[in-house]
Amino acid sequence: MARTPIVFMLNGSERASFADPGQNLLEFLRRGVGDLSPKYGCGQGTCGACTVTIDGETQLSCLTLAESVAGKHVQTAAGLAAGATLHPLQEAFMENFAAQCGYCTPGMLISAKALLDRNPTPTREDVVEAISGNICRCTGYEPIIEAILAAAKGRARA
Amino acid sequence: MTMEFRKEFFADERDDNLNEIGKPTRRQDILGHVTGRSPYFDDHLFDGLLHIRCVRSPHHHARIRRIDIAEAQNMPGVVRVLVGRDVPRNLNTLLSLLDFGIDDEPLLAETKVAYKGEPVAAVIAETEAQARAAVARVRVDWDVRPHVLDVEEAIKPGAPVVCEVYPANKFIYHGKYDHQKLRYGDVEAAFARADQIVEGRYQMSPIEQAPIETCGAIAAPETNDRYVCYTSTQALFFSLGTAAKLLTMPSNRLHFIGGTVGGGFGGKVDSLHEPLAILGAMLTGRPCKFAWDREEEMQVGAPRGAERWYIKDGVMRDGRIVARKFTGYFDSGAYTRLSSYAIIKGVGHLPGPYTIPNVYADVYCVYTNRTPATAMRGFGITGVDFAIEAHMDKVADTVGMNPIDLRILNAYRDGDMKAHRREAKNTALIECCQVVAEKAGIGLQASSRAASSLRDGGGERARLPAHTAVDQKGTVTGIDTGGYARKGGAAGRPAQPIQMPGFTMPAAASSARPPAPSPARPAAAASSQSTVPPPPPADPANTGDRPRQGAMRFSSISGLRRR
Amino acid sequence: MGVHRGRGFAAINYPIGMNLGGDPSQALVHSNPDGKFTVALSSIDLGQGMKSVTRQIAAETLGVPVADVYVDTADSDTGPHCMGSFASRGTHRVGNAVIQAAQEARAVMLEAAAEELEVNAADLVTDGQGNIHVNGAPSRSITTMAACQAAQFKQGRTVSGRGIFLIPLSEVDAETGEMTPVSCFAHAALLVEIDVDDETGEVTVRDMQSAYELGRALNPKLVEQQLVGGAWMGMSHALWETTEPYYPDRNHGPVDFNHYLMPGPGDISPHHISVLERPAPDGPYGGKGPGEMCANPVLPAVANAVYDAVGVRIDELPITPEKILRGIRANGGVKPRQRLARGAR
Repeated sequence: MARTPIVFMLNGSERASFADPGQNLLEFLRRGVGDLSPKYGCGQGTCGACTVTIDGETQLSCLTLAESVAGKHVQTAAGLAAGATLHPLQEAFMENFAAQCGYCTPGMLISAKALLDRNPTPTREDVVEAISGNICRCTGYEPIIEAILAAAKGRARA
Repeated sequence: MTMEFRKEFFADERDDNLNEIGKPTRRQDILGHVTGRSPYFDDHLFDGLLHIRCVRSPHHHARIRRIDIAEAQNMPGVVRVLVGRDVPRNLNTLLSLLDFGIDDEPLLAETKVAYKGEPVAAVIAETEAQARAAVARVRVDWDVRPHVLDVEEAIKPGAPVVCEVYPANKFIYHGKYDHQKLRYGDVEAAFARADQIVEGRYQMSPIEQAPIETCGAIAAPETNDRYVCYTSTQALFFSLGTAAKLLTMPSNRLHFIGGTVGGGFGGKVDSLHEPLAILGAMLTGRPCKFAWDREEEMQVGAPRGAERWYIKDGVMRDGRIVARKFTGYFDSGAYTRLSSYAIIKGVGHLPGPYTIPNVYADVYCVYTNRTPATAMRGFGITGVDFAIEAHMDKVADTVGMNPIDLRILNAYRDGDMKAHRREAKNTALIECCQVVAEKAGIGLQASSRAASSLRDGGGERARLPAHTAVDQKGTVTGIDTGGYARKGGAAGRPAQPIQMPGFTMPAAASSARPPAPSPARPAAAASSQSTVPPPPPADPANTGDRPRQGAMRFSSISGLRRR
Repeated sequence: MGVHRGRGFAAINYPIGMNLGGDPSQALVHSNPDGKFTVALSSIDLGQGMKSVTRQIAAETLGVPVADVYVDTADSDTGPHCMGSFASRGTHRVGNAVIQAAQEARAVMLEAAAEELEVNAADLVTDGQGNIHVNGAPSRSITTMAACQAAQFKQGRTVSGRGIFLIPLSEVDAETGEMTPVSCFAHAALLVEIDVDDETGEVTVRDMQSAYELGRALNPKLVEQQLVGGAWMGMSHALWETTEPYYPDRNHGPVDFNHYLMPGPGDISPHHISVLERPAPDGPYGGKGPGEMCANPVLPAVANAVYDAVGVRIDELPITPEKILRGIRANGGVKPRQRLARGAR
């Protein structure tokens, strides 16, 4: 079967690669493009470890057809930092010990970034709502919620 | 959420002025985590990676008449289909590396399956989708057998035999008994003297470790005729040793890389993925990935096994517990894995953190037709702690006491004799109870407020019971389950006291011996179109006399005798 | 019909480490020529912070800043044998192996420094900031970098160390269960406050008050991570999780996160933790290992709180709404106990 050439923007740079027929975006990003930051946790759209944004909206890459991102902007956790300068969310996750095994962290960061992009001053309830599709088995969520609120506060000050 | 340090407790036992210890230093791995660069096993890309998926039993219990792989082998993208006879040594028990238990579990079942989901064949294909499609085309001729799922049903006479190595569906302890005993004092005599008897039955549910990263491994041929294996294992050398044993391969031809794992919680010690991924790489000459999907992780991945506990307490009017009797059943599922070991750990823990002068336990490792159980956070303890502490609440209710006062009254203290016949040291249960009562605004009796782990222990409470009632209930003959932890097995080498004043360690005494040669059956030259399973195993009664194949053990650990 | 508040208590201890011994772990430590150290292990970091805690232990023992140490794990070609990360053995077993390895490397570093300073190595101390000096005479000093350089480029010494920690395997008496199961215990007590809705059977965890005694807290933030996450898992085990909802029936087993239930970020409750530190005599710097035991008290505490709230004993986990409603019906209605009310005695 024919493979489909796909040109899209990944974390601000243009990328081109071939997708297998029916390939999901998660596999395409990881094996086709080489961005390993989205993670496989379930392949069923229930854990959130593969969360990316497509044109600014959070999407589960395991449930997204690779072909559908042609011409669109995809953001992953690998693109959060600007060069060596970390995103405030990344700093806040480090400062608040908001990761243990780290496997859910990339998806969690993307959900948090999408929240702060549309709502720079979220309440605790807003944060809980924003990450309710991302499962973490280690932390009990509290440090993650605190980190996101801290990042928002820091940003509000700046 | 708040966390405070109560430095006033045990302050004179601590040096709080160290340079690095006690500091809230950031995690070494945190930058990798927040940038998405931490390398988990699946974050290593290989050109030409092949994918392995297993054909699994749809039945709880069945004999395998025939496995037909012909159609599957001709499916698009299929490189190879593996069956049990492709595994150089297709029988293992995880703790054989510690010389504990009898090999009882195949990597790919050949003659029978004993749980729903047990693998009988493995398809290696160019893509995962092709592997899945071919799995559906492997035809197995099943002879479905009666099954048993309840632990107490499984040990009744006439129950279906789950695992032929243990024909009564019970693990054999010390080559002698069908359960692990704990006998301390005389519970029956104490029950007769007690003011109240409190009984309960408790059921711990099976629980999935549910790490967000599923279990898996990628193996590839490496230079120098070796194999590299990237793995999610929680125990690198355990998995390496298990793979070396199943593949009859010297351990130094295996190069295992891991150490960055997406959660484990005990679910990543079973070492099922590494041997199959390496075998795939050996037989295809290409990199092979074997990983569970979420459904497999949930139902085929070994859970924390269910436990059923019966507790009977003899209690005095003032709340003192004078006797405690346990009967416990660990649901090991179809094979042993780590359940036999969890029970020894659990028995050493009884009767919980309390000083009780008469304690008795019979704990059974029971085989049932379900997914084998394995380790999970709180291994061997979580289930019985649920039982003990729910029971303590009933005791408090029965004698009309505040539940916290009851705990403090019965709490163990420094110097008390424990039921496993060692003195308690370094205890702190009382202080934990006092702190919680204070924080929660619960008034305690004056005696509870004044109690301390450091005082009033030992003395009379350090004395072993004058009389302990013992018995030979559950005697089994003719089965040898290994020398691990077996009395007399250590050739007179006593357990040495641990001494670490000022953290100076005794000199490293390496007692490692070269592994015994592994008499393997020759590997099948090539898998045939179909496989006819060999006849059923020999009479289980003879299994004890069967020479144990030389495992590649780490067990020389204590100079234990070897057969 | 209504919502009933209840409080439940539980207290536990936990044996640290693979219980009967016989489970060695090894560590290797070596220095670059400039006094920067690498610790090589084959131990696993599955989120508990193995790399981080062994790094702090190594730095403390070597007497150098933590930034001068990195831990490399787990590669079987370079990391020496370790039984693995389970049974709360990591901090305890691996930590002790790292201490031994770091002590050996430190001894070489101090000998090299002694030769440069022309003093007796026994008179030297480290300041933890990268300097070695004569005890009582801080001016007679050399940096750890200069000492390691001298060792390797002038004196021909390798600044390295090997460590192993092994508690010999103990025996178990078949007749009585006599054994030497552990080297130390951690402890916990926990009180949980819940609401039970007698119409839906749902339980809401309102608050948790806990005290954990876990030996020396080697890194308080790593301890906090374990305790907060562990208590969450305990609450999850108590009220939500199981692979077989109608055990021993094998049907209805969840195969995904839609059916395998766990509390989400909106279900968590405030948790007020007190940490007590009674150092373990044989633990690395007195540490015990908090990872496994932190969930255990929550399970029975929740069950006891349900009884306190509505008078129903649920002795089979998980405590589902179905079981609570059946229990209330069997009891002929809600029978609140309220034995642990604030100020009660």
